[in-house]
Amino acid sequence: MIRYFLRRLGALVPVAIGVATLTFAMIHLVPGDPVVAMLGETAAPADIAEMRTRLGLDRPIAEQYTAFLTGLLKGDLGESISYRKSVSSLIAERFPATIELTMAGMLVGVLIAFPLGIVSGMKPGGAADVGAMGFAILGISIPHIYLGPLLMIVFSLDLRWLPLTGRGGLSHLVLPALTLGTALAAVIARMLRQSLISVRDSDYMRTAVSKGMSPAAALIRHGLRNAMTSVVTLLGLQTGALLTGALITEVIFSWPGIGRLLIGAIGARDYPLVEGCVLTFALTYVVVNMATDLLYAIVDPRVRLE
Amino acid sequence: MKAARNPSLAAGAAIVAFLVATAIVGPLLATADPLAIDLANSLARPSLQHPLGCDVLGRDVLARIVYGARLSLGVSVSVVALSMIVGSLIGGAAGMAGGWIDEVIMRGVDIVLAFPGILLAIALAAVLGPGLMDLVIALSAMGWTTYARLVRGEVLTLREREYVHAAETLGARPGRILLRHLLPAMAGPVAVQATFGIGGIVGAEAALSFLGLGALPPTPSWGNMLDAGRAFMLVAPYLTMAPGIAIGTAILGFNLLGDGLAQIAGTRS
Repeated sequence: MIRYFLRRLGALVPVAIGVATLTFAMIHLVPGDPVVAMLGETAAPADIAEMRTRLGLDRPIAEQYTAFLTGLLKGDLGESISYRKSVSSLIAERFPATIELTMAGMLVGVLIAFPLGIVSGMKPGGAADVGAMGFAILGISIPHIYLGPLLMIVFSLDLRWLPLTGRGGLSHLVLPALTLGTALAAVIARMLRQSLISVRDSDYMRTAVSKGMSPAAALIRHGLRNAMTSVVTLLGLQTGALLTGALITEVIFSWPGIGRLLIGAIGARDYPLVEGCVLTFALTYVVVNMATDLLYAIVDPRVRLE
Repeated sequence: MKAARNPSLAAGAAIVAFLVATAIVGPLLATADPLAIDLANSLARPSLQHPLGCDVLGRDVLARIVYGARLSLGVSVSVVALSMIVGSLIGGAAGMAGGWIDEVIMRGVDIVLAFPGILLAIALAAVLGPGLMDLVIALSAMGWTTYARLVRGEVLTLREREYVHAAETLGARPGRILLRHLLPAMAGPVAVQATFGIGGIVGAEAALSFLGLGALPPTPSWGNMLDAGRAFMLVAPYLTMAPGIAIGTAILGFNLLGDGLAQIAGTRS
């Protein structure tokens, strides 16, 4: 287990460097002059030159790249132009909000998915199955950018049960988490159903039932346990969609996380901040993926032997 | 396969056919101009003259939805076609070459895939600036990896088949084997992937336009219509509902069609 862990950790380094390099390349090598874009076509040449020097853009690209990587190692992502604060401090301020939203979305997804998947998998073709799978296909199809406003209309503006926007107590978290978690719930529910159906006729299920366990209890105790590895894998695969879903959800609900920070930075053409936010999202994803692999290895010992 | 045995295929095909017809013929039939501003009709409720109402500038929502279908499907199909061609060639080359070339290409794919969801497209759209061509490039830069992985995997299995060995023995070059013998053999799984892909890109395009990184107003796109409608949710909920349902229906249609095709191709359960 420790060897597997170290090997996965080692594989993380080149991917992280690759991610940092690609982010740098996108911001620095894409045609167009970011400084002109920031200051406008009519800016005085002296101002443009000064901004270049401030951002270090007058140095050779290789030098900028080395400075970027060494800065990154020290946690220094440069200074935000619009906030006039260090990018890393801005991200550190907002990051917890994004993690809170993402975790809440995942929790909502799992909480909705389990009952639906179990009900469907126990009696495929039954009324409950048709209903649950109908919900699942709708949940997969409805985009965040519509579900969010829809929930706002119903629960905030019409019923006035929940706050419209912002971050605060649990009540602020409900609608964004639902917006984010619904698609995930649909995907997990479909997968759970499939894996419960596939184990229904297995020998160990028949053994459990013949030993006097009720079919439903056997399905939940043995079938569900078997499905857990697939759930963990799926959660890992869905983290990417969940993270960018969170980004969009943050914009919809004015949630003060790094998604909203990023979109604001793009609008303000604050390229150092854009770079920092993109990098934070990507590196978070890379780390979560590694954590999923490790979790997978704990749940299913066969993985370690690969 | 009979439609009754494959309801996903039937429903998906019907929805997609309806959308494609709307995108192609709709603008010719639409009586209203999607760009015509008529402040007297600002936020007008749905009526016979304006079946889906009017937005804050008094523009006919139905006309904008119909023109939006053209944009959404046009962008999505272009993105999927471009991603499929680029991805298949890169993945095919990796699979055929093997060795260090394969290693380098696939590590590159891993790095692109390390950017979650639509983040890469957001970042690229941010530096490229808004506009349809840039939007297609940004979305394709994110989309090609799926096809590269799929095609590489298929190449690795298929190239051990006897007919491929036969072609090799006859002296066919790797490029010819890839294009003539391998790619046609994997058309099924690639087509299934592409169908799901179009649905995914419809959602991604809408999200980018919603964030102000896609089609720019006044060009009607479902994403920017939804964004603009949010300010009037209480007085005119139909402004968000119409594009929201359009996006959802398109994604649903391509998902169902993909499910149905997968059942035929036997590639996905």
